[in-house]
Amino acid sequence: MPSKLAISYQQVTKSFGRLKAVDDVSLDVAEGEFLAIVGGSGSGKTTLLRLANRLIEADAGTITVAGEDVRNVDPVALRRRIGYVFQSGGLFPHLSVADNIGITPKLLGEPPAAIATRVDELLDLVQLDRAEHRDRLPEALSGGQRQRVGVARALAAKPRIVLMDEPFGALDPLTRDALGDDYRSLHRSLGLTTVMITHDMTEAILLADRIAVMRGGKLLAQGTPAELSNSGDAYVLELLRTPRRQVERLNALLPASGAA
Amino acid sequence: MSLSADPRWGEALSHLSDYLGNHVRVSLAALALGLAISLPLAILTRNRPAPRAILLALASIVQTVPGLALLALFYPLLLLAASVTLAWFGVSFSAFGFLPAMLALALYSMLPVLRNGITGLNGIDPALIEAAKGVGMTARQSLIMVELPLALPVMMAGIRTAAVWVIGTATLSTPIGQTSLGNYIFAGLQTQNWVFVLFGCFASALLALAVDQLLGLIESGLRHRSRLRTGLGGIGIAALVAATLVPTMGRSSQGYVVGAKTFAEQYVLSALLRDRLQAAGLSATARSGLGSSVIFEALKAGDIDLYVDYSGTLWANQLHRTDIKPRAELLADLKTALAKDKITLLGELGFENAYALVIPKKRAEALGVRTIADLAAHASTLSIAGDYEFFSRPEWAALQKAYGLQFRAQRQMQPDFMYAAVATGEVDVIAGYTSDGLIAKYDLTALEDPKHAIPPYDAVLLLAPKRAGDEKLQAALKPLLGKIDIATMREANLRASGNDANSSPDAVAKWLWEKVGRR
Repeated sequence: MPSKLAISYQQVTKSFGRLKAVDDVSLDVAEGEFLAIVGGSGSGKTTLLRLANRLIEADAGTITVAGEDVRNVDPVALRRRIGYVFQSGGLFPHLSVADNIGITPKLLGEPPAAIATRVDELLDLVQLDRAEHRDRLPEALSGGQRQRVGVARALAAKPRIVLMDEPFGALDPLTRDALGDDYRSLHRSLGLTTVMITHDMTEAILLADRIAVMRGGKLLAQGTPAELSNSGDAYVLELLRTPRRQVERLNALLPASGAA
Repeated sequence: MSLSADPRWGEALSHLSDYLGNHVRVSLAALALGLAISLPLAILTRNRPAPRAILLALASIVQTVPGLALLALFYPLLLLAASVTLAWFGVSFSAFGFLPAMLALALYSMLPVLRNGITGLNGIDPALIEAAKGVGMTARQSLIMVELPLALPVMMAGIRTAAVWVIGTATLSTPIGQTSLGNYIFAGLQTQNWVFVLFGCFASALLALAVDQLLGLIESGLRHRSRLRTGLGGIGIAALVAATLVPTMGRSSQGYVVGAKTFAEQYVLSALLRDRLQAAGLSATARSGLGSSVIFEALKAGDIDLYVDYSGTLWANQLHRTDIKPRAELLADLKTALAKDKITLLGELGFENAYALVIPKKRAEALGVRTIADLAAHASTLSIAGDYEFFSRPEWAALQKAYGLQFRAQRQMQPDFMYAAVATGEVDVIAGYTSDGLIAKYDLTALEDPKHAIPPYDAVLLLAPKRAGDEKLQAALKPLLGKIDIATMREANLRASGNDANSSPDAVAKWLWEKVGRR
């Protein structure tokens, strides 16, 4: 049912000069769904994500968010109600953790006391110690902490939709795993709709309900991991082979019941 | 006597509140104007490469114009503008002093502010600008909340550079009638008063340092979001402005302003005129160090009330005459011509300060040279030095033509150093001034001009149009007319060229009055 769609792309095209970054893509994201868009660099996945909150404007086709054509919505208002997590955090280096997290509520004109309360809630939510981190500058945080602040900032104005641009790509594997799990549970408990970009198929399989695969601006396939493995497309199958091989090798190398 | 006990320090100190106050006011006004223009331009052009390049090129060109020339250019420019507004709207403004100085300095401040502003704004990580957009900022919010704060350190560095440049360059605004710490430097250089020169340099350096540090405090306050530091810096700047405003507030702007050009004789004469007016119970101040092209226009416009000029200078520069007339005839013609501009030529002081070709006495005897005509035969083996304007003046052309002079080399020099240069043989001949005391000091001689190629240069007293009917003023000045002969003036100038306490223009003016007052 269309009313249940959080985001919908209909035959969307976007070119930069002669390069077709997004080429006639149609894709629906249901409410409450966690969709991962997987593809290599230059596949158009980031462009596709940014079209949703009008950081980039489409050349052709229609994009709707919560049933509304984004062209009819003020882009600034649109962005304030969609959470966005940037690749390397995108935190403002001159603002404290609290000011970074509270930026969108502040732009919406919420009273400072309400923002302070909300910031503390969010610090709890992303599992950062309130007193210790609130007044720090981003440069005093580790990569994982920064990305937690980035997630908290995206959630500050209580959006229904969160867009994530390779949010965990630059983190070490342990941090990445923990953060992914933590976000996945936030997604569920808050009833969010999440679209996450990643070049890592393993991460996509572990976190997302559904996966869309992009290459050269085209949407090659979409579906659950199981549906994808029935795809006839060689590139999709190639992408799925990596996690499979990892699992096989890990199974062979690790004893069935570990010390953990 | 120790240096610190030199009374000239005290004299320098007595001018400080006036000079420093004016210096601070013109510098900060210029800086504020420069910032008000440059910062919006930097913001507007930061993403537009073509206008940005043009703007930076223009600002760079301005920077290549020497400060003195830029300041001097604004004077005729504003005079023109003032005459246009008078003709079109019936309002005029003073093109003298504050306005041209402020405008020229504001222009001078633009390059560092523009360049650092644009560099700072363009140097921001594009991902952060994207993030600002992504969290829902409008372009304006992004500029104010993200881009400007991040560009601030680089922008402030530019603003601080501009402040130091403006404060330094403001010392050059003295010749266009803006009182500044440059008054010490110009007066000191001209009268060989090194105490004044040092005082002026130190004062302006300290001022630049202080403003730079206060701006640095504001910068660090803004960066660390410390209201205390920003506030302290702001209060410091405000206090500086207030401190320089207070002492001049109570002073009446009424009274007579005596102008002086930029050489020792003029400093002495303006002090003498000022003393005479004060003795007659009239309030008077001296405005010294004015450029010779500025001073006449300033008198015409009423920005100064009186000054001493020289008949030959007025003849050539103001009336643009190239012919040379006998002394009395030239004076009469001059008087009539000046009256057309409603300027009163009150009379001659009694001496002449003409250009003359000067060589050491011994050299003249050795060469057997007594007149310029005698010199012409030797000229091809000799070098000549003159002041900065001499070789472009009509007198030089007239001399060359009349005597067929062709020197081996010609050089331009600061007038004070010319005499020493010719005495030591650095150059062979100089174009000196007949009233200069150094001619006697260095045992030099002025060659005769039998063909009268050089016009007469009687020192004459000029009054501004608005003082034409001022009998009190004229009565106070009349006792000076015809009283100062060339020998007395030479001695006065020689005294003024000394480097001790008795050589200040004020002291020499007193000596001069004692000498001529009883005549």
